[in-house]
Amino acid sequence: MTRLGPHLISIDDLDRAGIERVLDTAERFAEVSGREIKKVPALRGRTVVNLFYEASTRTSSSFELAAKRLSADVVSIRSAGSSVDKGESLKDTVQTLSAYDPAAIVIRSPHAGAAQLVAGWTPAAVINAGDGKHEHPTQALLDAFTLRRRLGRLDGARIWIVGDVLHSRVARSNILALRRMGASVTVCGPPTLIPRDIEALGCDAAVTLDRLHEADVVYVLRMQLERMRDSFVPSLREYAARYQITAGRLRPGQLLMHPGPVNRGIELSADAIDSDQALIGDQVKAGVAVRMAVLYELLVGSPVLAAVA
Amino acid sequence: MDGRLHHRRRAPAELLLRGANVLDPRAQLDEPRDILIRDGRIAELGTPGSLGAPEDGELFDATGRHAFPAFVDPHVHLRTPGQEYKEDLESGTAAAASGGFCAVIAMPNTDPVVDEAAILGSLVDGARREAHVPVGFLASITRGLRGEELTEMAELVDAGALGFTDDGKPVVSAGVLRKALQYQRLCGGVIALHEEDPALSGDGVMHEGAVSARLGLAGIPPMSESTMVARDASLAEYERARVHFQHLSCTESVTALERAKQAGAAVSGEVTPHHLTLTDDLVRTLDSRFKMNPPLRGELDRQALVEGLRSGVIDCVATDHAPHARHEKEVPFEQAPMGTTGLETAFAALFTELVLPGEIELGVVVERMTAGGALYGLPIPRIAVGEPANVAVVDLEATYEVGAGGYASRSENCCFHGRTLHGRVLLTLAAGAVAFRGRMLVEAAAGR
Repeated sequence: MTRLGPHLISIDDLDRAGIERVLDTAERFAEVSGREIKKVPALRGRTVVNLFYEASTRTSSSFELAAKRLSADVVSIRSAGSSVDKGESLKDTVQTLSAYDPAAIVIRSPHAGAAQLVAGWTPAAVINAGDGKHEHPTQALLDAFTLRRRLGRLDGARIWIVGDVLHSRVARSNILALRRMGASVTVCGPPTLIPRDIEALGCDAAVTLDRLHEADVVYVLRMQLERMRDSFVPSLREYAARYQITAGRLRPGQLLMHPGPVNRGIELSADAIDSDQALIGDQVKAGVAVRMAVLYELLVGSPVLAAVA
Repeated sequence: MDGRLHHRRRAPAELLLRGANVLDPRAQLDEPRDILIRDGRIAELGTPGSLGAPEDGELFDATGRHAFPAFVDPHVHLRTPGQEYKEDLESGTAAAASGGFCAVIAMPNTDPVVDEAAILGSLVDGARREAHVPVGFLASITRGLRGEELTEMAELVDAGALGFTDDGKPVVSAGVLRKALQYQRLCGGVIALHEEDPALSGDGVMHEGAVSARLGLAGIPPMSESTMVARDASLAEYERARVHFQHLSCTESVTALERAKQAGAAVSGEVTPHHLTLTDDLVRTLDSRFKMNPPLRGELDRQALVEGLRSGVIDCVATDHAPHARHEKEVPFEQAPMGTTGLETAFAALFTELVLPGEIELGVVVERMTAGGALYGLPIPRIAVGEPANVAVVDLEATYEVGAGGYASRSENCCFHGRTLHGRVLLTLAAGAVAFRGRMLVEAAAGR
């Protein structure tokens, strides 16, 4: 059986069986989340540190909730107001926190490779909650979970990822995870926001939505407002005219996803967000169960799952 | 070695190197020889076993080892003044000596920048006190490396500057560079250029390509360098100036240099051991030892650089030895400073990664590793009777793990760290004196 860990830094740490194992475990925890008492004692007495060097609402709150529902003690540290603000290096911060003997450190950083470095400095299991524009593996896992629930399986599914691929860690982890699960992936966006040689990740690239109808799933990325200032796009108006996903641009039966938070009226129109083709709420809901599964698989391992859940 | 190089004087060597395979490509010499060194000069070359050790002198049995003219590195960062926690004149030249170098040329991007004669003067004094091998200095082209006003270039040449560079930064303004090239007619001194268009390199931290796409790191396209090489080669040709292009990294730059040479421009180029042997694929590890500027590029670029060096379009090897402290490199890739050390591993890296697989001949490597000083008007080290002793004795059979025994450099940010390399420097003679003695040799001499 596939053994997970000791860390989850990249989707490349998981083969297909590993991804499926996390998703299977997440199914059980989704059931826990449906109960009135949403708690299992799997991590009782163990500590999970959330170390967030970047603003985040849904990722940090869902990790915190996931650890608490597993009965772990949780310490959440944000860069503002912490020793990080006082110039302490990442290494010193991690070694200090490691003195508390945490079972896991969840780290979000604006810099690629931060989670991997942390893994070299602590005996704890390290979970990458987003490192720069590199990867966001738990987001990809919850997206795969959401899609697998809806479609049954991802084999043969055609997925378009639309928007600012250049600056998106979500896009990178999703390309890898969805391909590994048997889907085909096309990335689409303004040529200035599609990385050169992105095809090397195993996807196709398009610069217009002309063939969007071929997609089974349209995964829309957040368009950061500062991209306009950096001249990646001439204006948000022009971006929206060419790339905004509206209810009218979706064909019946296509599924719509977005990692949040949404810029209403820029990358997505209100009618698309509110349509019953949108899985955005399902994605948020999946976040806690999938992150419980990741913590559980890294820190406990599967055999006793049936007993605790 | 030359009045414009400075080091701590030592007793001239009196010794016999017995039976080394002497390889001096410029003399078409590639045979076992005894090398007799008297008073720091090569006094006699003889068939193996024919010469005796000088009285009160040493004998080194170098049978089976190689003796090359010692190497010259036209591009090192000794970090003095101001960043001695990374390197200083003593530690940097110790690293040079242990790598078989008999001379190095130090870059001026220190703190403060070497942009005034007084700063250069204090460096010359420091080198005379501390340097294990002769050191030459470049001054900056512009004050404070700001790319705006020229330094007092004539006074700096009088104070000993071999030439000028804003290395670490490009001279972005073609107008400013043109004035420096014109002014060179008055003061002399080679103008060496770090070529990079900041509008194209942006906040890039590695080569732009499949690996940067995978990692989500901002890429630096090759044209960031090659368009500036082409621009400045045109300026050099028009102004009949002498320009040297530093650390070339990509196919397009080699092509631009070749065209400029064919057009008759007085241009030259250098390439580093890491660009000749490594590619951006290594950045997948996100190890900041592989972060340097210019960045490691693709395999086709690497091959073009090897071919450029082999054909002579690229004139010489330069290490761009760029030490950084551990705490500066132990950070996420994007935050780490650019640069790798290279003095201690240059020959072994090229021998292991290029000569042994048959990509380039040993003689060409030795020729290009000894050519860097001549571009700045310095004499070329030779193994010939009457020449000052500038000799590197190397055991090509010996293998070692880079970094396992520590480094002579104060810093350990070596991109070859952990690799097993062939070719160990055993002895370095620089400017007529023993500058480095490898441990193996010390033990052998003691047991004799």
